[in-house]
Amino acid sequence: MKVLVTVKRVIDYNVKVRVKPDNTDVDLKNVKMAVNPFCEIAVEQAVRLKEAGKASEVVVVSMGPQNAQEQLRTALAMGADRAILVQSDEVLESLTVAKLLAKIVEEEQPGLVIMGKQSIDTDNNQTGQMLAALTGMSQGTFISGLELSDSEAQVVREIDGGLQTLAVKLPAVLTVDLRLNEPRYASLPNIMKAKKKPLDTKTPADYGVEVKANTRLLKVEPPAERQAGIKVASVAELVDKLKNEAKVI
Amino acid sequence: MAILLIAEHDNSALKSATLSTVTAATQIGGDIDLLIVGSGCTPVADAAAKVPGLRKVLVADDAAYDHEIAENVADLVKGLAADYSHILAPATTNGKNFMPRLAALLDVGQISEIVSVEAADTFKRPIYAGNAIATVQSLDPIKVVTVRGTSFDPAATEGGSATVENLSQVSNTGLSRLVSEELAQSDRPELTTAKVIVAGGRGMGDKAHFAMLDALADKLGAAVGATRAAVDAGFVPNDYQIGQTGKVVAPELYIGVGLSGAIQHLAGMKDSKVIVAINKDEDAPIFQVADYGLVADLFEAVPELEKAL
Repeated sequence: MKVLVTVKRVIDYNVKVRVKPDNTDVDLKNVKMAVNPFCEIAVEQAVRLKEAGKASEVVVVSMGPQNAQEQLRTALAMGADRAILVQSDEVLESLTVAKLLAKIVEEEQPGLVIMGKQSIDTDNNQTGQMLAALTGMSQGTFISGLELSDSEAQVVREIDGGLQTLAVKLPAVLTVDLRLNEPRYASLPNIMKAKKKPLDTKTPADYGVEVKANTRLLKVEPPAERQAGIKVASVAELVDKLKNEAKVI
Repeated sequence: MAILLIAEHDNSALKSATLSTVTAATQIGGDIDLLIVGSGCTPVADAAAKVPGLRKVLVADDAAYDHEIAENVADLVKGLAADYSHILAPATTNGKNFMPRLAALLDVGQISEIVSVEAADTFKRPIYAGNAIATVQSLDPIKVVTVRGTSFDPAATEGGSATVENLSQVSNTGLSRLVSEELAQSDRPELTTAKVIVAGGRGMGDKAHFAMLDALADKLGAAVGATRAAVDAGFVPNDYQIGQTGKVVAPELYIGVGLSGAIQHLAGMKDSKVIVAINKDEDAPIFQVADYGLVADLFEAVPELEKAL
């Protein structure tokens, strides 16, 4: 079975973002970029399926600017076989990304699509579900466990209040949660090898998908600052403050 | 303009996240219909009819909707969507699961996890783990929106008299089925609606030490939460996790114990009214958001605090 897996180029999760002074967006100039952490988990899972003999080929897809190639190379170094970059300098919203992915699914006919549950920049948590809808596939979201059989995937989902196990028909779209696995580091020889693996560059027009804005970003602001607090010297003082000053206990 | 709101419930009562979403819908304005999807969910309908501000309560009760299988719920709501300008659901794991599927079926975008309503088509939502707040305008004919429960006060539960209407059509795609469900048993309040939360981090050191937080939580009538580090270390189950990728909470009082305050954790709790931090590292970032900070060894401070209450 072929597995399609997606990666997104996002700001490194350790970087504290700054909002631009004119409030048009966050400032991404000269900021360290990386593979979205959830996408790394998705790639790891796809590669593990291949190592277990359950996947025949792992194809990794990214959408965005030219330099999203770096993130695709990272995925190739982790063990993906080949990569597709859909290059666009426009803002690609979730629905557009899902439509492009739907075209790639049509072309590649994967048995499974594995994606991150959300990207840490827009925090949308939408694309996997949208792709499942557009292709008519079943969906297993927020998964922390996966077992494959011939016709279905049994997935453990992290839900409010606990865990849920679903059996979803294949082909399916799965979105991964933090605890599905621990992504590997790419070794230096694998990074070198990844440079030789095939990487196709396409555009949204190649797939006949119009880049459409479903939303307009009007403003981006920093969150409200909290008033500076105080340090207390003892538990007794803390209890006193909570009782008499904050009046919360 | 009419709004369809899809309820979060447990087959016997509406979840508080639903009531908060009603408040958000009221701020948008227009007739509000509440849809209850489930299996054996009629008891919820009677309770829902009493929520003030609702026009109709629609009930879709069928085995196909058991545990709100996303494929079936999205398909059902797609069939109802033509009559509405807005479709809202709480940003719970359920809502996050079926709403984007619905949006794509309707060929519209989704606006995720709004924290305020600026106009009928304009909303604020946090991005980058809550480090920026975006104001976004929807350009779609139908606005599909999920609502962060902790950002809106829950609506009242008495005083309304909506009509209850049963839907007969059934959407059963047969794509997914439930195998099992394992819900954590707890007598404590639910994390997302608790007034007081005690949360532990890696500094707790061991699973057994969380008993200290349990004891403190029992004294305060609080829920117990945790950071990702504490969950990953196996101290507590996954659903305890507060943060960008876990639960978002905004209690009256949040007490963070042995946690540093990474941005991903802060994204889940920084709207708490009063934040208390207990940590032996006086440079821990959590002290920058804490109203009251105590630099102390938690193994001494927590039992002492419990005794003092």
